[in-house]
Amino acid sequence: MLSAVLTLGAAGLVFGGFLALAAQRFKVEEDSRVAEILAVLPGANCGACGFPGCAGLAEAVAKGEAPCKACVPGGDAVAEKLASIMGMAREAVRPMKAVVYCQGDDDRAEIVAEYHGVMDCRALHQLGGSKGCPYGCLGLGNCVRACAFGAIYMAPGGLPVVNEEKCTGCGACVRACPRGVIDLVPADKQVHILCRSYDKGPQVRQYCKVGCIACRICVRSCPQNAISMDRDTLAVIDYSLCDNCGICATKCPVKTIVDNNNKSEVPEAGKQVS
Amino acid sequence: MEVLGIILAGVLVNNFVFMQYLGICPFLGVSKDFDMATGMSGAVIFVITVASTVTAALEQYVLKPLELEYLRTIVYILVIASFVQLVEIFMKKTLPGLYQALGIYLPLITTNCAVLGAAMLNVTKSYGVVLSTVSGFAGALGWSLAIIIFAGIRERWKLMDIPATLDGFPLALISTGLMSLAFLGFSGLFSNLVK
Repeated sequence: MLSAVLTLGAAGLVFGGFLALAAQRFKVEEDSRVAEILAVLPGANCGACGFPGCAGLAEAVAKGEAPCKACVPGGDAVAEKLASIMGMAREAVRPMKAVVYCQGDDDRAEIVAEYHGVMDCRALHQLGGSKGCPYGCLGLGNCVRACAFGAIYMAPGGLPVVNEEKCTGCGACVRACPRGVIDLVPADKQVHILCRSYDKGPQVRQYCKVGCIACRICVRSCPQNAISMDRDTLAVIDYSLCDNCGICATKCPVKTIVDNNNKSEVPEAGKQVS
Repeated sequence: MEVLGIILAGVLVNNFVFMQYLGICPFLGVSKDFDMATGMSGAVIFVITVASTVTAALEQYVLKPLELEYLRTIVYILVIASFVQLVEIFMKKTLPGLYQALGIYLPLITTNCAVLGAAMLNVTKSYGVVLSTVSGFAGALGWSLAIIIFAGIRERWKLMDIPATLDGFPLALISTGLMSLAFLGFSGLFSNLVK
């Protein structure tokens, strides 16, 4: 009995020690932080960070190749957790949100064709679109389908609307839009010039009631000089200068400029024009 | 001559898979891909050969003198598990791709009955340490031969029109049976060498 116990014990000890040595000899350096980081990341695999999914970012952060603030959708909360895992000082994430730069819904934009093809913006874009405007939203909802967070929905007028509370600023919709109508802007900015048409004023007037006609009133009225003309035909806001005062929105004769601080006015203004 | 007989017996006549029906689990599980089958074969050959040597030595120099033969199974499993762990540690370091591909089947070599079977057969045939090693190596070689042939066959299924009811394991088992019948043809051969 005793010899059995001793033999088995000794054998176990010998093999255990042998394995311990082998494990030390063939040690694989696995960063335990990768799993921790992956658990903290949102897991939407949206690709906003530029790495192949959340797992790719987790490895990059653990290796120190990506900053802790690389996850835009995760925002400050995730950045803070990543920084504590990595033992680094927290860097603030500048939260972004998506803005749809088009107000040309079915009422305000001229419809020039009826489309019965594949319900995909890319297909319609190749045909030139069903609205008169060659720059505006096509309205088939590729951005809605691209959003991993359910933050975009189609309004009855055929334009996508971004739910700012759900939007994480990952930019999936920006990449999904064949016309480049959607852009990411700093989340605290409230005033936007919602047009992307580079056509000249009279031309824009023909196909859209809310398109930028390049009158330059906003450029002149902006106290911060944040608005400038792009290619002489489209007013754009430099968000680094804009202070959300909203004066341009009140001055804009076609109500292309929207001030979300006074959101209630905007739909009325749109109806006035129409 | 005895060595040659043991090798022929292990590889062909008493093939683990086709004649003794040992090690069927990984045989079916890891034979979908030729490279994986080869990798698994390497691992199994190592584990069976080394485990045969060590168990034979333990049997001869520890268990028999101390009259502890009844501890055989548990001691053998201890040896096998240790070497499987060693293979796993080694593979994780040197062949991470294969380690990922083999997945659960790698630690499951521990419960591969071919390994314990090889060790137990050595005892029943009362081989010494050297002959046990040869026998274990030959048996493992036979197992590898079987799984590599089978992986070659299975890869061709991908190009074939297989009835849905037979696709997957049913066809694998039928094919194994047919190959087993083919290996039955070896049983009469080398009768002067194989005991």
